[in-house]
Amino acid sequence: MAETTAHAAVHHAPPQGFIRKYIFSIDHKVIGIQYTTLSLVAAFIGMVLSWAMRIHLAWPNAHIPILGWLSPNGAPGGVMTPEYYLSLMTMHGTIMAFFVLTAAPMAGYGNFMLPIQVGAADMAFPRLNMASFWVTFIGFLLACATFFIPDGPPLSGWTAYAPLSAVGSVAGPGQGWGQNLWGLSIALFCVASLLGSLNFIVTTLDLRTKGMKLSRMALSTWAWFINAWVSLLAFAVLLPTCLLLVLDRLAGTSFFIPGGLVFNDQLQPHSGGSPLLFQHLFWFFGHPEVYIIILPAFGIVSHIMPTFIRKPLVGGWKVITFAEIAVGTLSFVVWGHHMFVSGMSPYMAMVFSVPTLFITIPSVIAVLVWVFSLYGANIRFDTPLLYSLGFISLFITGGIGGFFLAQPSTDSYLHATSFVVGHFHFTMGLSAIFATFAGFYYWFPKMFGRMLNEKLGKLHFWLSFIGVYCVFITMQLTGMTGAVRRYSALVDDFMVPLLPAYRFMTIAALLLGAAQLIFLYNAIWSRFKGPKAPDNPWGATTLEWDTTSPPPFDNFGGRQLIVYHGPMQYDGEKSEMQTSPAPSIAGT
Amino acid sequence: MAGKIFAVLVVLVTLATAYCVIAHVWWMPIDISLHGPKIDQQLEETMWVAGLLFIAGQIVLAAFVFLYGGAKSRTKQIPGGAKYLVIFAFAIVGLEVLGLSVVGSKAWGAVYFEAPDPNSLHIDVQAGQFAYYFRYPGPDGTFGALHPELISEANQNYFGLDIDHDADAKDDIVTAEIAIPVNKPILLTLHSKDVGHSFDVRELRVQQDFVPGLVIPIHFTATQTGRFEIVCTQLCGLGHYNMKAYLNVLSQADYEEWLKKQAAMQ
Repeated sequence: MAETTAHAAVHHAPPQGFIRKYIFSIDHKVIGIQYTTLSLVAAFIGMVLSWAMRIHLAWPNAHIPILGWLSPNGAPGGVMTPEYYLSLMTMHGTIMAFFVLTAAPMAGYGNFMLPIQVGAADMAFPRLNMASFWVTFIGFLLACATFFIPDGPPLSGWTAYAPLSAVGSVAGPGQGWGQNLWGLSIALFCVASLLGSLNFIVTTLDLRTKGMKLSRMALSTWAWFINAWVSLLAFAVLLPTCLLLVLDRLAGTSFFIPGGLVFNDQLQPHSGGSPLLFQHLFWFFGHPEVYIIILPAFGIVSHIMPTFIRKPLVGGWKVITFAEIAVGTLSFVVWGHHMFVSGMSPYMAMVFSVPTLFITIPSVIAVLVWVFSLYGANIRFDTPLLYSLGFISLFITGGIGGFFLAQPSTDSYLHATSFVVGHFHFTMGLSAIFATFAGFYYWFPKMFGRMLNEKLGKLHFWLSFIGVYCVFITMQLTGMTGAVRRYSALVDDFMVPLLPAYRFMTIAALLLGAAQLIFLYNAIWSRFKGPKAPDNPWGATTLEWDTTSPPPFDNFGGRQLIVYHGPMQYDGEKSEMQTSPAPSIAGT
Repeated sequence: MAGKIFAVLVVLVTLATAYCVIAHVWWMPIDISLHGPKIDQQLEETMWVAGLLFIAGQIVLAAFVFLYGGAKSRTKQIPGGAKYLVIFAFAIVGLEVLGLSVVGSKAWGAVYFEAPDPNSLHIDVQAGQFAYYFRYPGPDGTFGALHPELISEANQNYFGLDIDHDADAKDDIVTAEIAIPVNKPILLTLHSKDVGHSFDVRELRVQQDFVPGLVIPIHFTATQTGRFEIVCTQLCGLGHYNMKAYLNVLSQADYEEWLKKQAAMQ
């Protein structure tokens, strides 16, 4: 599509008053910061939940007073019940997967940076953008509300498999209103994501400034753009799935509940539904979802690296972007690899296994691009780059586990073990978190006009990098014994000997968590007391560095930018802004 | 400096991981099924392929980070640019995944595409929150029909059998543990009375979900006697962690005696 020209004019007036400026703001930058802050709060809640779970696993009788206060039923006297463990686990997964990993790198940074990176004054639909955030916020409140209702949060996992999630409180504690609120919360999140995706797509296609061809876009913008398409298709399936689940629970329908179910010797009134239908619908969303989480991470790392290695990525914008498009496309035909042991036809297992293995190829291409771009570089080890390198290492480690889980024969042994939990924490959990940190350290000066403390940033990185490996490589490798996930206690004969390893993971996880307090302190202190940030502290080339820190409300102070070349004009100490008319560097 | 620390850390992590795998610090238990060696072999081969990629990836990352820190005035690209990287990904990784797909489908097919042996011993398995029950057809060799409305934990009618009206059901033997004869083909039919559960015996290399509303057959042959844990791996509610039973693999004679004892206890 040809670039448009006459759009740089401001299409909404500067906001007036505190509420319009900071609360119900239609400014994409404020919305980006709102999303980022929401994710940060959610991340700390999710992390505290994981601490409680890990403490319980390692020391089952440990008193955790705050839990006793939060839920007298779930943790009488501060000692967690098995069902409360599952509730915390469910909410840890839900909060982390949706409100942190999906929200921060896409809706948080994407909202702030994408319009600036294409040279626009705002998103295409600013009011829709505001609606996205506030719908997400209500969804988050609903999810958090489950902690404060008598029955507590749901316990059916973030995957909410029916019929456990669908039949209601006959299935035991944690299946009352908590599950209803969960369904509604995720449905709202879907609505917000759909609105957000439309906004990202239209903004990228229609609001690029003069000269900003698709081939000249920042690599982060490319990833957000690709990801918006994947999100649009995936959340469009999860939304009705959540609504049908809620209907099964509240309206007596039987989409996911078969006939003949018996709880407490009582035959249930449902008939004709299919639990496997729920699994297919959930994973049709769920597998693209892990790429929805990781594609922005690809983009952020690809965007950040050239600045700090002082050279373009090998293969220019094309190779990494086509790898991302291939990953995004293939992500829709692999969902059945979550269902190899589900009772799905064993012939279908082959249909899903082969594309799952082949999605390795574009993923390997992306990794090779990042790694081999380091060849012949002038690497500057600022914190954003350290986190990018950490991302690459974690993503390699995580990706390797995929070989085992992509094949039905090996998955039939490893399915539902801690091998899987370690694998996905590497691939889409901590990889995405590391890329999110890379983005945070990189863009913080632009977002807030202050520099973060570099020493604390590095300390945060070293502790996090070591901590993550201690926790999750142990988790993945203990899975080789068949150690079952989602157990609130180690009671099986073969799992009892794993207790020392579980305790090691718990201690490492607590230290890893403590390291995040360094980050929190650094972020809050620097926000108010950090040294003032220059416009372009890293010597970068893209449009967000071509304006003040933070940018004015219309992003460029009324300037109409003209872009002359792509974003990777680096050669050693030299670099050229995208708006520089006569580039002296033969970059891409 | 930071680059060198990073490189050293990455190498240490790689070595530690490789050690844990090679030394089998945490590893699979013994394999007691006829089909198991195929799965183990596939896992072993995958470990080679994946392990080499893991080590190569981390070491090259560490090496470049180690070598290319610090300011030089000019930078250079890898000779040949992205061309060789893409060729490598398609040729080497492509071949690897193609190989794994082909060999892996054979391992999977050998287990799951084969019909059960017609002489298999057929045992019916029902899962419910949070226990397994097993049913042998009794002397008539026929299972009685299931009536969910008759299921009653209180009356110990776990399967919902109509013993009063159904001659087939009358001699069915219902047990809380499962015993099988060694080296005899076994056919299990799995069904759940409430939510999803799973039948996982690590030593058999068998893991299969129970899906409410479906009857799912699995078949295997155990090659060693012993007592093995059956654990639930599909989240089924508050007692999930504690849902287990035992599989006893017995000699033919011991099995027959065990079954006789169970029949007498009905």
